[in-house]
Amino acid sequence: MTRQMTGAKMVVQALRDQGVDTVFGYPGGAVLPIYDEIFQQNHIQHILVRHEQAAVHAAEGYARSTGKPGVVLVTSGPGATNAVTGLTDALMDSIPLVVLTGQVPTFMIGSDAFQEADTVGITRPCTKHNWLVKDTAKLSATIHQAFHVAMAGRPGPVLVDIPKDVQFASADYQPKQKAPTGHYQPQVKGDMETITALVEAIENAASPVFYTGGGVINSGPAASQLLRELVEATGFPITSTLMGLGAYPASGKHWLGMLGMHGLYEANLAMHGCDLMINVGARFDDRITGRLDAFSPKSRKAHIDIDPSSINKVIRVDMPIIGDVGHVLEDILKVWKARGRKVNREGLQKWWARIEDWRKVDCLKFKPNEGTIRPQYALERLEALTKGRDRYITTEVGQHQMWAAQYLGFEDPNRWMTSGGLGTMGYGFPASIGAQVAHPESLVINVAGEASWLMNMQEMGTAIQFNLPVKQFILNNERLGMVRQWQELLHGQRYSHSWSEALPDFVKLAEAFGAKGIQCKDPADLDDAILEMLNYDGPVIFDCLVEKHENCFPMIPSGEPHNKMLLGEAKTKDAIGSKGAVMV
Amino acid sequence: MSALHIKKGSTKHSAYNLRSTFSDVEETHTIAVLVENEPGVLARVIGLFSGRGYNIDSLTVAEVDHKGHLSRITIVTTGTPQVIEQIKAQLGRIVPVHEVHDLTAEGSSVERELALLKVSGVNDKRVEALRLADIFRAQVVDSTLESFVFQITGTPEKVDAFADLMRPLGLSEIARTGVAALARGL
Repeated sequence: MTRQMTGAKMVVQALRDQGVDTVFGYPGGAVLPIYDEIFQQNHIQHILVRHEQAAVHAAEGYARSTGKPGVVLVTSGPGATNAVTGLTDALMDSIPLVVLTGQVPTFMIGSDAFQEADTVGITRPCTKHNWLVKDTAKLSATIHQAFHVAMAGRPGPVLVDIPKDVQFASADYQPKQKAPTGHYQPQVKGDMETITALVEAIENAASPVFYTGGGVINSGPAASQLLRELVEATGFPITSTLMGLGAYPASGKHWLGMLGMHGLYEANLAMHGCDLMINVGARFDDRITGRLDAFSPKSRKAHIDIDPSSINKVIRVDMPIIGDVGHVLEDILKVWKARGRKVNREGLQKWWARIEDWRKVDCLKFKPNEGTIRPQYALERLEALTKGRDRYITTEVGQHQMWAAQYLGFEDPNRWMTSGGLGTMGYGFPASIGAQVAHPESLVINVAGEASWLMNMQEMGTAIQFNLPVKQFILNNERLGMVRQWQELLHGQRYSHSWSEALPDFVKLAEAFGAKGIQCKDPADLDDAILEMLNYDGPVIFDCLVEKHENCFPMIPSGEPHNKMLLGEAKTKDAIGSKGAVMV
Repeated sequence: MSALHIKKGSTKHSAYNLRSTFSDVEETHTIAVLVENEPGVLARVIGLFSGRGYNIDSLTVAEVDHKGHLSRITIVTTGTPQVIEQIKAQLGRIVPVHEVHDLTAEGSSVERELALLKVSGVNDKRVEALRLADIFRAQVVDSTLESFVFQITGTPEKVDAFADLMRPLGLSEIARTGVAALARGL
């Protein structure tokens, strides 16, 4: 039985069929028919944001905290162009999104009509795929296919551009089951011969390390479970990228901490000195590898990735396994168990002894300051006071983001949302809104810097309107801290435009929106102030005034390998050579 | 063979080690891409090349299966072996792409290009142009008393050679289709 309906009704029906409960959006002329349909139903809640970029980041927060695709609805022209940063962010971090944009009616396309933009043209390089639907008869099937493409294989954002006349016209609705998914079916099972080769390597390795990434999180909770089982059973050390935190618990005894440019000493030295590197769902990003020709020189490398283009993109690997992390880990465990659960115990014992030596350096050690709050201290206290709670953390981008990754511990996947690949300042606040919408009863904290936070501060309105008790934990150093740090290291301490002048009074700002504002500047008051934030039932802006010139360590300077880490202030002078200076 | 054409069964070395993937030597490859003929698909392919900084030496595209709406894009590109592998993998993940074949790596192939050349001249030069066209088996498809349009098919090298000879004889315009290619045998 087919059902005739308007294109606008189809959109809402297709979203319902796909199990969507929440849409983040902003109305405008070219999506009015869809908004009219949303008005007339109660199955899908619409979260009205204050800026389209925030709609996309909120959908990312929703997607990353639930594992489901995030859905966005915005209008044509500026609505679509404002979504571009969010789309690029989601593409870089492989976050599944379905973004629906209105478009001027088909007969006006190409005429430079009011609020017309070539949306599919503009978003082609920043989506996994996009569609312009010119015929209502094809609309429902296209939306179903959009969900399939967003989730299948390496997830990513997709966009469906819907002209206004297509929303008004009627056609038969195609239900989800009958919609063709097309030929797009990425390979999920890994090649068994390479998997066996990797198991052989696991059995013999004297100094192995697991290097895991966002692919484990994207593969789903089962993949994290399998990873934990494999790590516990083999006894191998494990480190993770920024994107993969939580896949293996921070309290696990094999956990080395995050690796990379601001990763832990023991994690980076383990990467440098290992003889077997098992990359599980990470992509050898430049924040991880440092200088390529000196990256982990003595190791054989295995790389598990669902995207064939990730293999050998920057680092040549010896054992490439194309497939879904969950499927491949399951096969590795099966083969390894069947072959007798062997590992090189003697080698591993020596390896762990070396790692223990590195751990003794205690690279995150810092001296709390009497008079002013050091940012590390603020995060250490936040961690202590929220540990064990049902907690979701988002961040903006910069020093605070790295400190959050270093000082907060993540026990489960999908609990940590940060802009890794694109490094989008302004990501964290809307993402916290998306996570809170998905988990209304949970504690959602956005660890922010004052400069990043101001980039999407208009979302206070959204938080108040929808009664979302998101906690904005702002480490306020009145500086663009990471920019300032680089200017100190690279540009002769000429701090060009890297300070935040004319900052608002954050307490008054919170009150102006109808939220609670807390300011804290004395370390002695910090615990009480954090507890006040946690206990308040509603959104809070926490203005934590911290040490202004703190640098983020450890740090691998640009253009240097992992074993040339800087641990603290003493060695920073001329640490970055002229070759490193051109890198970001 | 896996999707990347990595040799199976080697535990010590990957096929990439054997082929020295990260060498600096640039190679020219002809890649055939079978795509769904939907709006914007060519822009996706071209955008991939410009966005990631790959070269396009030549590109041809036409629908080859009108019922199935499939188009064949033939791209001649130059890059190091690693870049060529990346190009193929990146092409493979474009959603409307059905198949990617590296005709250069997968065995021998037939490559042909068609060109039209306008040569204007009188007297000796005109006679010489006609004589050379005969040697190259180029056909005259248009003629005035002062000009010819020649049609030539062959490898790009043959077209280059013919064009070089025509230049001093009054070559005024040239139109080339770019390379179309098929693998030899079944």
